[in-house]
Amino acid sequence: MFKQMSSKTGVLSRFLLRQDRFRIPIWLLSLSGITLLTAQAFTGLYATEENRQTIAQTMVNPAMTAMVGKGYGLDDYTFGAMLAHQMLLFTAVTVAIMSILLVARHTRAEEEDGRLELIRSLPAGRLASLNATLIVVIGVNILLALLTAAGLYALGIESIDLAGSFLYGAALGATGIIFSAITAFFSQLSESSRGTIGLSFAALGAAYFIRAIGDVSNETLSWLSPLGWVTGTEVYVNDYWWPVLLTLGVSLILILVSLYINSIRDLDAGFLPSRPGKTRASAALQSPIGLALRMQRTGIIAWAVGVLLIGASYGSIFGDLDTFFEDMEIMKDLLSGLEGGSLTEQFIAKLMSIIAMICTIPALMAVFKLRGEEKKGRTEHLLGRAVSRNRLLASYMLISLIVGFVMLSLAALGLGSAAMAVLEDGPSLATIYGAAMVYMPALGIFIGLAVLLTGLLPKFTGITWLYLGYSFFVVYLGGVFQFDEWVGNLTPFGHVPEVPIEDVNSLVLIVLTIIAAVLMIGGFISYRRRDIQG
Amino acid sequence: MSVLRTKKLTKKFGDFKALDGVNIEVNKGEVYGFIGPNGAGKSTTIRVLLGMLKATEGEAEIFGMDAWKDAVEIHKRLAYVPGDVNLWPNLTGGEVIDLFVKLRGGNPSNRRDQLIEKFDLDPSKKCGTYSKGNRQKVALIAALASEADLYILDEPTSGLDPLMERVFQESVAELKKEGKSILLSSHILSEVEKLCDRIGIIRQGQMIETGSLKEMRHLTRTHLLIETKQPIPSLEDFPGVHDVKEKDRALSFQVDTEQLDEVIKHISSYEVVKLESAPPTLEDLFMRHYESGGTGDGGEA
Repeated sequence: MFKQMSSKTGVLSRFLLRQDRFRIPIWLLSLSGITLLTAQAFTGLYATEENRQTIAQTMVNPAMTAMVGKGYGLDDYTFGAMLAHQMLLFTAVTVAIMSILLVARHTRAEEEDGRLELIRSLPAGRLASLNATLIVVIGVNILLALLTAAGLYALGIESIDLAGSFLYGAALGATGIIFSAITAFFSQLSESSRGTIGLSFAALGAAYFIRAIGDVSNETLSWLSPLGWVTGTEVYVNDYWWPVLLTLGVSLILILVSLYINSIRDLDAGFLPSRPGKTRASAALQSPIGLALRMQRTGIIAWAVGVLLIGASYGSIFGDLDTFFEDMEIMKDLLSGLEGGSLTEQFIAKLMSIIAMICTIPALMAVFKLRGEEKKGRTEHLLGRAVSRNRLLASYMLISLIVGFVMLSLAALGLGSAAMAVLEDGPSLATIYGAAMVYMPALGIFIGLAVLLTGLLPKFTGITWLYLGYSFFVVYLGGVFQFDEWVGNLTPFGHVPEVPIEDVNSLVLIVLTIIAAVLMIGGFISYRRRDIQG
Repeated sequence: MSVLRTKKLTKKFGDFKALDGVNIEVNKGEVYGFIGPNGAGKSTTIRVLLGMLKATEGEAEIFGMDAWKDAVEIHKRLAYVPGDVNLWPNLTGGEVIDLFVKLRGGNPSNRRDQLIEKFDLDPSKKCGTYSKGNRQKVALIAALASEADLYILDEPTSGLDPLMERVFQESVAELKKEGKSILLSSHILSEVEKLCDRIGIIRQGQMIETGSLKEMRHLTRTHLLIETKQPIPSLEDFPGVHDVKEKDRALSFQVDTEQLDEVIKHISSYEVVKLESAPPTLEDLFMRHYESGGTGDGGEA
């Protein structure tokens, strides 16, 4: 029975590999590559044991614990302990994301688009597609585990030993496998690929937060989350294998359940009732800006949570700033070029330029959404009705400006509140908020550039990302590489007064604002003049 | 009175001439059939008329206003259904219909609910789960629920089942009764035949025929399949008869529409036992143009 239902699994597996012949290697190389590069970078960054102990101290605070998990072996913070503490959880989450996307892509998405029907009409078994997907994705995870393990061991770093490296890889692979199984399960329950991906990511998010809360307050709670099991391996410190076995056991059960459900259900059917949506549009939806907001809602909320966390995590290390910097040559380099003010103030100024650039990303995405809609032939629905091009572009730009402002505010508030919690007499929240807000005109220039390109050269909107990448590089690493002044002057972020160590220079801010406005006006004029792609 | 008018409309994409001097005129209360094969320039013309594309040369006017400059004013009185309806997967059909009606500046009339019922659409489902036909219905309902003076419909029935095609045709007939003007692009001649007062045929960016259906009939040929008791000698030499082929004991051939009467008279003397006729198709019309080897300039044949 099972044999017949699995007929042609092998052919389909090869077919999947063929479809993903670029996707899979890119995932594998980037995931294992990042782990290896980080491990290598640690040896340069924290050369002495003293360095490592210093960083270990800064890691012991609730914000860090919530983000990266409980640290193990903090009193003997070897490279291995450090890698497992700072990288394992994040990498595991990324591996989970890879697995979710790969599984959803070949199960429900395939079914929803009607391609599975074609395959099922051939002499392929009912379970063949799910089998093939699981075989391939589990194979990818095993390969990733081996690659990472072998690579880490090959680096020959002290304390990153063979047994530990294999456990490190296995923990990553097992996380990938359990999230493959979870996605396979949801792909049987939900009727749509959006639903499958949504539920799987919700499970991942829940696993992350349950673990975060558990790690900070109640350790038992962490053991309810598969991501708690990952850090529970205590790689390079105690090397526990049983959490990996637990993960694999649960995965096996989930896979068997999914296969069973798949074998008894109809094609295209799901087990979760598809909830009927609204039959009427709410008043908030019935305008171009309402529609644009609705389409970006989830993304904006995710970014808001993200920047708040980034702000808070930076803020939480303020307490140990002095010890942190005394031992670290590279940190001093990063801040060089900044003069005056206390170390804390210098650090705030530096951080804000970086945070502002991070906050530019969601703002740019909000503008480029318009271009995405155009490519999908959906702006036509609006422009074909009584909506002018000015109004349409203005809607997206307004959202972008608000997104930029809100993100910057949230990051500053996150940073400020966390810093206040750990610092006795640090800078006030108002100072920190002000230091963030001076970047608004520079952010506006980027939005302006995005608007201009949307109007003038819609095919080359990617230039904006390159420019932001350049800005990040010269502003972030400017101190380390000692660039000439003009290199930094090519980006608006290089001109923003470094509050709080510098005074607010209104003239500069006004000039930046004017440039932003000119770019925007240029964008509106050219958008009105060009053809709309269909 | 003309509601929609293009004069020598030309649109180039780089070196490629998508439209080459297109002239269209749609009068008030008229249903204008705009036909042509895929890639002939139907959608490009429509997108210029909607102000999405800027004409390289020539004029495009709707309600006497410029299609490019006064797009918003024009669109307040116009309803459009694209041929390829792409919707937001996470909004429901009902939400999209309301949004579209609102964006035109109208209020969701009670027509909306009637139309939803008539077209048998479930408005509570997300657009991502709709089939092509259902997405088409959403766009159609939104357009038909609007109080517009001009309807531009770009292959509106592609993806609809025959039942829904009929509902659509009834709705168009109703609009026509109310004195609305309609530009209907299609490559299904039977649909155009049923609904349209006048027809324009486009091929490779040029209008090759315009006129009423009657005027065009003479350009077409009817397919006949006959079986007679006595064999018909040298039918292929009879004026207006083309493409004679023998099938078993029957003859299949084409007749120029204006020669139909003569031909029928002629063959009836051979004791017809079976006669099947098929109406002229769009394909024949095109074939005719290819045979005559030219782009033709309308109504002279």
